Amino acid sequence: MAIFLNENSKVIVQGMTGAEGTKHTKRMLASGTNIVGGVNPRKAGEKVDFDGTVLPVFGTVKEAMEATGANVTVIFVPPAFSKAAVVEAIDAEIGLAVVITEGIPVHDTAYFWAHAVATGNKTRIIGPNCPGIISPGKSNAGIIPANIAGSGKIGLVSKSGTLTYQMMHELKDFGFSTAIGIGGDPIIGTTHIDALEAFQADDETVAIVMIGEIGGDAEERAAAYIKENVTKPVVGYVAGFTAPEGKTMGHAGAIVSGSAGTAQAKKEALEAAGVKVGKTPSETAALMREIMNAL
Amino acid sequence: MDLYEYQAKDLFAAHGVPVLPGDVATNPADAKAIAAKFGQPVVVKAQVKTGGRGKAGGVKLASTAEETEEKATAILGLDIKGHIVHRVLVTPASDIAEEYYFSFLLDRANRTFLAMASVEGGMDIEEVAATKPEALAKIHIDAIKGVDAAKAEEIADAANFPAEVKDQVVDTIVKLWETFVSEDATLVEVNPLVRDPQDKIVALDGKVTLDENAGFRHPAHAELVDKAAENPLEAKAKEKGLNYVKLDGEVGIIGNGAGLVMSTLDVVAYAGEQYGVKPANFLDIGGGASAEVMANGLDVILGDEAVRSVFVNVFGGITACDAVANGIVKALEILGDSATKPLVVRLDGNNVEEGRAILAEANHPLVTVVDTMDNAAAKAAELAAAGV
Repeated sequence: MAIFLNENSKVIVQGMTGAEGTKHTKRMLASGTNIVGGVNPRKAGEKVDFDGTVLPVFGTVKEAMEATGANVTVIFVPPAFSKAAVVEAIDAEIGLAVVITEGIPVHDTAYFWAHAVATGNKTRIIGPNCPGIISPGKSNAGIIPANIAGSGKIGLVSKSGTLTYQMMHELKDFGFSTAIGIGGDPIIGTTHIDALEAFQADDETVAIVMIGEIGGDAEERAAAYIKENVTKPVVGYVAGFTAPEGKTMGHAGAIVSGSAGTAQAKKEALEAAGVKVGKTPSETAALMREIMNAL
Repeated sequence: MDLYEYQAKDLFAAHGVPVLPGDVATNPADAKAIAAKFGQPVVVKAQVKTGGRGKAGGVKLASTAEETEEKATAILGLDIKGHIVHRVLVTPASDIAEEYYFSFLLDRANRTFLAMASVEGGMDIEEVAATKPEALAKIHIDAIKGVDAAKAEEIADAANFPAEVKDQVVDTIVKLWETFVSEDATLVEVNPLVRDPQDKIVALDGKVTLDENAGFRHPAHAELVDKAAENPLEAKAKEKGLNYVKLDGEVGIIGNGAGLVMSTLDVVAYAGEQYGVKPANFLDIGGGASAEVMANGLDVILGDEAVRSVFVNVFGGITACDAVANGIVKALEILGDSATKPLVVRLDGNNVEEGRAILAEANHPLVTVVDTMDNAAAKAAELAAAGV
């Protein structure tokens, strides 16, 4: 089945005609994603040729949905315009909005999240500042390279993009049902817990890799959730064991202040919930390999 | 970006939050002149971006201008938790009847904002939260509705602010919210918020953290950066648009993606244990590892005298490894003789064979290519130890 994204996903791209949007629309098409159009109010009515695939540009998300039956949007618009783009997607009640854009002010993210909640959470938001989601062989919404690993039975959820790629690479022999990068910002839409819940319910997924990093207490809350609700084996990795306190390490969410939010605290919480935690990405992959070989 | 107290209070004043007048001095003579201007007892306060100033001797009362000069002499140059005091704020001493606590901050778990208020201010708020949690009111804020007078009153009531000052507190809360939103802050904290003997409410101290992602709509915020206090290597990296944090170690780190670089720091720290070496920095060169970006990154890292070896750890996701390998080769050409430290390179992912072939062909004497992240970290640690 995969989670959140599958062979029935019809994808539009907000910001398709920008540099990043163009580049990644091509890549998504090449990996088999059913992209049905793009959105740019200034280029509505135009058609764009992506290496032979001609896609229409619509003025709004709503028009694109009405014309194509799209149920997923991938958002590449620049930070200054992201709030309006996500609010538009929410108002159109599209099922899934994947927000790739990095550098969105947190007040803007708080605003569109509050808007999603106030309107009944009809749109699942992934990100912002994330690599997106891939259900290998079915669909790819975002910037995760499709050639790292194929389809399989492992579910992967991660805060970090390159660690997602690294882990997919290490476990490419087994493949993935869905891999999802939820993003490293302080406020994000889909959380570790949302992904864990969906993987637990997904028939295709037999084991789960969860990658976290320092800052916040999302991993601790995920650990509590796993203890109560997840029966499938979970392997974990937390980046940032040696990060000094109070320094921002690239991801705006990754600030350690005081004892809460340290990698050690997260590791202990996960282990207390029965999750095997690796010290390094390779060790984590080895733990998962053992589990998969034993199944 | 964290602000100094005086900068935070300037923002408060601009948004109508009541603060005391004050001026900043970088030397004792200026501090004396400021005190003379006020013509009354003053408080001399160290301007550092850390807590616990009072306990460290960074806040002192002075009754005359001469005494202000003495106190400023004692405070300037102090080391408070690793922060050297370069500035003092001189502000009129105020009589205090009661001390309160107030803040707006980001509540990551609930994906919104939070107001925290207590009539037991003045002390460490973590301590209040731990020992008397019932004394700390926590109220969630709807990011769309924000804080109007009614919401501010709800907060003030939850924290049991006294009736005599409640109207002023409500007004101050609304203005602090305006500061929080219109400046794109992720933290606005007043500790203490003071009630003076005349029942006037004043923000006696202030902490503000601004969201750097919102810099595009706040050009004025750039002027709040204290360039002199920045680590020179961090400042140089920032100029070149690199995401760099200086750390205390010997193995320089370059990688792509914040998570992978954080993970690289960990792996190097583990590998370095037996050699007594640690990572020297965090440097994320992001997705497009062009020759220029690689050269800039190496240039910053090689400018760190503590660095004995460099570990380049790239997973080619969108970036192709052959482009990264070309970047490394060209970067070494650009740097020429100024590149003197051994480089351990681990490439994996997109076009990895082509990338490794380019490095093998170039056969640069400083470069060692290692297949896995763990083995490469061990090699970099070993080389750093040999170079110490």
